[in-house]
Amino acid sequence: MEFVHRRRRGAELFLLILSLVVGIGAYAAVGLGVDGEVPTDLVTHGLWLTVLVVGAHVAIRLRAAYADPILLPLVAALNGLGLAMIHRIDLARIAANPDRSSFAPSQLMWMTIGVVLFVTVLFTLRDHRRLQAFTYTAGLVAILLLILPLLPGIGRTINGARIWIHLGPLSFQPGEIAKVLLVIAFAGYLVLHRDALALAGRRVLFVDLPRGRDLGPILAMWLVSLGILVFQNDLGSSLLFFGLFLVMLYVSTERPGWLLVGGVLFGAGAYFGYLTTSHVQVRVDGWLHPFAQDSNAYQLVQGMYGMAWGGLTGRGLGQGAPQTTPISWSDFILPSLGEELGLTGVVAIILIYGLIVERGLRTALICRDDFGKLVATGLAVVFALQVFVVVGGVTKLIPLTGLTTPFLSQGGSSLVANWVIIALLLRISDHARRPPPEFLDPDADVDATQVVSLR
Amino acid sequence: MNRPIRNLAIACMVLFLALLVNATYLQYWQADDLTSLSKHPDNRRVLNAAFSQDRGAIVVRGKEVAESIKSGDQYDYQRRYPQARMYAQLTGFFSRDWGVGGVEASQNDVLSGDDPKLFVNRVIDLLRNESPQGGSVSLTVNPAAQKAAYDGLARLGNNVQGAVVALEPSTGKVLAMVSSPTYDPNRLATHDFTAAARNYKRLLANDLSPLNNRAIEETLPPGSTFKLVTAAAALQSGKYQPDSMVPGGTSLDLPLTKKNLPNENGRSCGGAKITLKRALEVSCNVAFGSVGLKLGADALTAQAEKFGWGSSPFHDLDDALTRMAPSRMMAPGQDEIDAPGSALSAIGQSNVAATPLQMAMVAAGIANGGTVMTPYLVDEIRSHDLEVIDKTEPRVLTRQAVSPSVARKLTDMMVGVVDNGTAVNAQIPGVAVAGKTGTAQSAPGRPPYAWFVSFAPADDPKVAVAVLVQDAGVERNAISGNGLAAPIATAVMKAVLGR
Repeated sequence: MEFVHRRRRGAELFLLILSLVVGIGAYAAVGLGVDGEVPTDLVTHGLWLTVLVVGAHVAIRLRAAYADPILLPLVAALNGLGLAMIHRIDLARIAANPDRSSFAPSQLMWMTIGVVLFVTVLFTLRDHRRLQAFTYTAGLVAILLLILPLLPGIGRTINGARIWIHLGPLSFQPGEIAKVLLVIAFAGYLVLHRDALALAGRRVLFVDLPRGRDLGPILAMWLVSLGILVFQNDLGSSLLFFGLFLVMLYVSTERPGWLLVGGVLFGAGAYFGYLTTSHVQVRVDGWLHPFAQDSNAYQLVQGMYGMAWGGLTGRGLGQGAPQTTPISWSDFILPSLGEELGLTGVVAIILIYGLIVERGLRTALICRDDFGKLVATGLAVVFALQVFVVVGGVTKLIPLTGLTTPFLSQGGSSLVANWVIIALLLRISDHARRPPPEFLDPDADVDATQVVSLR
Repeated sequence: MNRPIRNLAIACMVLFLALLVNATYLQYWQADDLTSLSKHPDNRRVLNAAFSQDRGAIVVRGKEVAESIKSGDQYDYQRRYPQARMYAQLTGFFSRDWGVGGVEASQNDVLSGDDPKLFVNRVIDLLRNESPQGGSVSLTVNPAAQKAAYDGLARLGNNVQGAVVALEPSTGKVLAMVSSPTYDPNRLATHDFTAAARNYKRLLANDLSPLNNRAIEETLPPGSTFKLVTAAAALQSGKYQPDSMVPGGTSLDLPLTKKNLPNENGRSCGGAKITLKRALEVSCNVAFGSVGLKLGADALTAQAEKFGWGSSPFHDLDDALTRMAPSRMMAPGQDEIDAPGSALSAIGQSNVAATPLQMAMVAAGIANGGTVMTPYLVDEIRSHDLEVIDKTEPRVLTRQAVSPSVARKLTDMMVGVVDNGTAVNAQIPGVAVAGKTGTAQSAPGRPPYAWFVSFAPADDPKVAVAVLVQDAGVERNAISGNGLAAPIATAVMKAVLGR
């Protein structure tokens, strides 16, 4: 008897209630910590969160009943915690200067948009395999999105990186959306060409190197990544896109040789970047010598001070001073959480991220079609790389690069894109976990045309 | 494709494990280091938390010389120094951006309440749901002596460079310690941080370095006051007695050189041969130079080290920038004192240099029957509900730097200096005072330093004093230990003796 996945929607609902307790409880704790009383808008905030989360849950029940039951609660907990922290830093920023505007309401709005998109994806995309038709469209749009910030008029440079576009009152990081599109484009391309790319070339030290004539795509991707680094000063995205492509290439061809080639290219690119862009040099110097007299690592050092001050159990929500760190509500939200929730909180958050990646890769493992496998792998890996690069960066494990912390950082583009990533993962996982379609006629010849129920 | 995905899962696990280990390192192992203000003084979180705290008071005889009062602004408490300039070198200062100094720094753990001795109180505060309060530190200072010392230096002018140290000979308690010019720590502790920055930079730029504690940080040639050490070495050697005859002519021929060593005024000390006692009374360079030649540099150095030369036994004012400077017999890098050097060293010139605290320890050691006590400033530590938690016990630094009989003879000779020698300004009616003047040459063209060391009463010493007037801006011929320094020492001794 073959193993059949159960729906587990009840479990999901139970976990969602726990995640709401985390999100709403954190929001209440912020009010208690800062003002000594429960915030007046706790009920509206809590209700809104509940509506969004339950809405997403209902959409899953209706349209992806077999989907992974753990992903949504994990994401809901992170998003709720992030909102509470952004609200907490808002309070401190506005206490210091009443003219400042608060970030939390807009973040809640972006979360709403994210959930709406999440539901839209589940309802409109009945089968992830249909995305394969958009392989080249997605790739083209992704490239366009990456170029957009370089256009005069709408492109903006914020904090040294030219990765923003401004349209009227809205600002957006198109790279976040490009991330999702690139996964689809890579998956579609690799599914078609993986057999050719898997052909072995020369064998060096137990590793089969790819053939020279197949190097075209990886070189192209390498150049695009270098372009992002040089023209947009965006170390993080550059690393993310190249790493994503490399890993998907490895998974589709099962050839570790690609990792070797990619590793060499990455090393060369990183060294080239270090030599040519002052941006990278500053980051590496700040990483190596953050406490030097003339160090440029003020932000990193403040974040580390905050986390150290938090210690094992943290200062308590609302009782630290996370606003001391520049951009503590966005790139440095993890040190802010580390300061107020301590190592305990940071470990919990990293474990939640780890679980999300693990559920994504598990989806890839059990997925029955190659395209779905590649998309799920790509989404999980892009998520894992991003978490590693940003969390490792702010905790001085690796040089700091500007990337958002998924679901925690203030910033609409990232939040919306990540909700879409989760929706896609759930769609693939629903497909993978759904019991195998039964043959309409059990006695029919196996080789005959199969009629498959799509629901 | 499943094998690479499984490999990938393991790789991701390794990455996340690295994140977890690194976060643990940062928030657990490295946390103490990163939150230590001495290692990372720019950690504003810790600094602000410390700055907002109800710190314990620094107390002298039950009166606060540093206290925290409610400030009503975001920092909750303001540090205040009621007798700011008089106690500045002892209390130090407590600033947000410019560090802490003096007892504020050396007793920071007690004042902030972090000291393990205050652990029980911290737990009680926690249980009562009160914010933790620091313990208070009481100093050994005698307020009357401190005031006399401060007023004495201030009378010479606001910009006088000098220092006064008074010790209790039997215990090593610091009864007074003043350094001039001084500063106002309130102006560094203010919550107007731009003003604090301006004031701090102004103090740093000041050529007279008001932030320096000259009593412990400045080593200068002690001049004739060092003859006490030479006399101690002479008597201790057994080759000399107070009535031994020593050369007393107008000048001493220095071996190996064409130079001679003259007396201070160029005149004879009162005959070709005079007694050692008389030589001390008139501060005869010729006599002590020749004694130094006879004893040799090693004996002088050994005697000086017994009084504390070469060491820094006083730690109660240690902070990031301040340490007691060890007094020395030789210039840094010098490894031997030649024969003319030993004659010059014997009268406190050449490369001999001492801190005022060190000279007070010489006087206190002689006063205490030859036993030098370790000087200390912090007397008691109390919890915020005034329970005594720790009391400093006097500790011996050198038992018998000189023997009790030599100490008695030295005392007798020093009384002679005050009664019928160079230090008549130190006389106190009805009290036998033992003392020694000094006028030390420094670089040519710079005014000499006036020194005076003394103790009283000679038969039952209660206080030993060293006074240094480095530069008072007076005429060169008006500079003398007796003229400038002795009146200050006398005032301090009178204050301690209650006369």
